[in-house]
Amino acid sequence: MQYALMVYNDPAERDKVPPAEFEAAYAEYQALELDRRCVAAAQLQPAETATSVRVRGGRTLVTDGPFADTKEVLGGLCLIEAANLDEALEMAAAIPAARYGGVVEVWPVVPR
Amino acid sequence: MLASLVGYLGDFDRAEEAAQEAFAIAAQRWPSAGTPPNPGAWLVTTARNRAIDRIRRERTLAQKIHLLPVPEATMDEFDEILDDAVIKDERLELIFTCCHPALALDGQVALTLRALGGLETAEIARAFLVSEETMKRRITRAKNKIRATGIPFGVPGAQVLPDRVDAVLAVLYLIFNEGYRGRVDLGAEAIRLGRVLVGLLPDQPEPLGLLALMTIHHARRRARFAGDDLVLLEDQDRTLWDAELLAEGRAALDHASGLGGRGAYVLQAAIASLQTRDEVDWARIAELYGRLAEVTGSPVVELNRAAAVALAGDPAGALAAVDRLDLDGYLYFHSTRGELLRRLGRLEEAQAAYAQALDLATTTPERRFLSRRLEDH
Repeated sequence: MQYALMVYNDPAERDKVPPAEFEAAYAEYQALELDRRCVAAAQLQPAETATSVRVRGGRTLVTDGPFADTKEVLGGLCLIEAANLDEALEMAAAIPAARYGGVVEVWPVVPR
Repeated sequence: MLASLVGYLGDFDRAEEAAQEAFAIAAQRWPSAGTPPNPGAWLVTTARNRAIDRIRRERTLAQKIHLLPVPEATMDEFDEILDDAVIKDERLELIFTCCHPALALDGQVALTLRALGGLETAEIARAFLVSEETMKRRITRAKNKIRATGIPFGVPGAQVLPDRVDAVLAVLYLIFNEGYRGRVDLGAEAIRLGRVLVGLLPDQPEPLGLLALMTIHHARRRARFAGDDLVLLEDQDRTLWDAELLAEGRAALDHASGLGGRGAYVLQAAIASLQTRDEVDWARIAELYGRLAEVTGSPVVELNRAAAVALAGDPAGALAAVDRLDLDGYLYFHSTRGELLRRLGRLEEAQAAYAQALDLATTTPERRFLSRRLEDH
């Protein structure tokens, strides 16, 4: 079944990562994209480049930034095909953000 | 039986439904036709056949009205397992599914008791002091998550196995501690599950350690109360201890130590075992608590270490250690301080500490015990 891996970063923690490790982590992200279980992957631009849209009473309200109070920000997402939750969790645990102060949420996708 | 059906059907509700149907058929048929030679196998086979019939009916219906799609994966698995005539014992897989860390902890506990403990939902609800409705919802939520999120039915891979065994042990210990607070049935149930787990994972020291810990504690259950009053270990009537359970616990502990077990449950069992000796070696117990504190990093363990240090003959050193801890909301922090202050002759401070403990007491025996301590001064 399919799972969405939502990758959240803690920018303060991420900035503490030494440059050499940063490059290794980047290579890990590239490897994930090439994994054949990875259906789609995207790295997002920083949160300050994001825009929120709401339609209320027929009016479109556009505001700056995502709605988020937490210190973690959405940094990317990856759609994977895994046999079961344990396989998905294993892939999530291998994502560098998970060990650099961030968190990876594993969401099952509604089958179609 | 349920374990085998869940493994086969990959669905808790279907498995339960099928099991109920099989029992109903047995109740109808066995009295007149006689009990089959292998009743367990008969029930599983009957339940499986009923479940397959049901799924086929649902599939036909779905094809007719294009409304109830049966997931393809389920059907493939089905056809595969149809050929597999062997009725497997799959309780280990079931335990790991029920105690999957992706489930809410209260759901893990409820599902484990329901699926493996053989307790009715109403009984589980009573044990946890919630309504049957609430417990039903808790179990349903857990079952739904297993299905929706694809929690596998199987023994986890080697890489995650130690963590997942820890998760199972935590659930069993939680069940046991609910029983330890006065509802004996859950304590016995946790021990029964612990024996099952040890039987299924015979080479792992920590399940043995947990079984030893639970049986040694449980062996003393009748001596922990005099009427409604809590009795301290040193004042307990040892003739009330369950010698058989105690022996089982000590044997499990020896076995765990022989396997090289040095984990948190083995250490706690070793402490519990030492506490049941005629001459209690408190210095050795304090040392074991020290190692346990290293493993767990828990201030509550430090508190227990301090209590052992006091019993080994150094109440002043113990009080100094206790006062370094940040456990203000914990009943036993205050009652331990009270006890240490009393032994040091600082009676007014002792009384204040007992009063603080009394404020935090939730059960009647705890309250009565602390009230008596207050009156003694």
